[in-house]
Amino acid sequence: MILYFLALVLFVMGLYCLVAKKNIIKKIIGIVITEYSINLFLVLVGWRKGGIAPILLKGMQKSEIVEKGVDPLPQALVLTSIVIGLGVLALMVSICLRLYEKYKTFDMSEINRLRG
Amino acid sequence: MIKRALIFLVLAFFAWQFLLMVTGWEGLSGLGEIARHYMEKGREELGAANIVTAIVVTYRGLDTLGEVSVLFLAAAGIGFLLGAGRLSRKQDGGNAGGLENEKTRRKASEILETGSDIVVPAIAVFGVYIFVNGHLSPGGGFQGGAVIASAIVLLFLSHPFYSLNHGVLKVTESLSGTVYVGLGLLGLILAGGFLDARFLPVGEFGRILSAGAIPVIYSLIGLKVGAELVGILEQMRRPS
Repeated sequence: MILYFLALVLFVMGLYCLVAKKNIIKKIIGIVITEYSINLFLVLVGWRKGGIAPILLKGMQKSEIVEKGVDPLPQALVLTSIVIGLGVLALMVSICLRLYEKYKTFDMSEINRLRG
Repeated sequence: MIKRALIFLVLAFFAWQFLLMVTGWEGLSGLGEIARHYMEKGREELGAANIVTAIVVTYRGLDTLGEVSVLFLAAAGIGFLLGAGRLSRKQDGGNAGGLENEKTRRKASEILETGSDIVVPAIAVFGVYIFVNGHLSPGGGFQGGAVIASAIVLLFLSHPFYSLNHGVLKVTESLSGTVYVGLGLLGLILAGGFLDARFLPVGEFGRILSAGAIPVIYSLIGLKVGAELVGILEQMRRPS
């Protein structure tokens, strides 16, 4: 149970970073922390007490892994989500690089103002 | 002040929603129907020891194809954003931060260079090991590709003037992507459906060459992801 609350704490921390900080790099870090807390939460949903990894080893009975193994589906989907998160992160950082080239700052409130 | 209150309200709202999800969740008592099917049939149908790999590559293969295309789109977007004809270079009349950057960039120390020369090939081989063994042990194409990209990061850090062969990168990426889709179509023709790995023999359980086309497909994904990540790094490294 406590693990789920840790995921929640991580989520709120990332969200705070996202909405309260002015520096866009810090905002990106906030987004990434939020994303990872969700990934952690999803993996925890598939976890069960005393679970073993969903990998069949040699000489292992099939009933053993069905009875004790953790749910493989959330793991597979979180793998997808991590990779997509990586792609989005790289895209965000490159947009920030372009913004820095144009405005010479990472501060959101200064980027806000219009330029002709 | 109002802003702080708003921030607090937003955080409280999301935390409350999350809490509603968490409370009352007693943990998993047994596997769901689909998960149970994958766990029970994964070995006979596909011969893969790692059930997660079986799901990623075959049962939910279409998801993985989408995932690879999302990564490709991100890499293409980065190429578009950071590619040739960047604003600053034109504005500064050719005398861009680029040249300045070249000056400030200096050679790495002897220890870093020698150490990375020893370690980089080992990391790359480890990456290959991870994606070739994806169907037997924890690991797979995406993880292996990321490990290979991390070897290249080390190379970039220790050899600041190192230039990559872009042709090899492009050919690797597009070839592995095309062959991946081609193997998917082969599955459609010879086996049960798109991206079905069973058109190759299942083989002996626990061997590297087993589990049908899963190791082939995952190696291709690993090569593609590695080449894509290295391409992204190269774009970001280029002096602006």
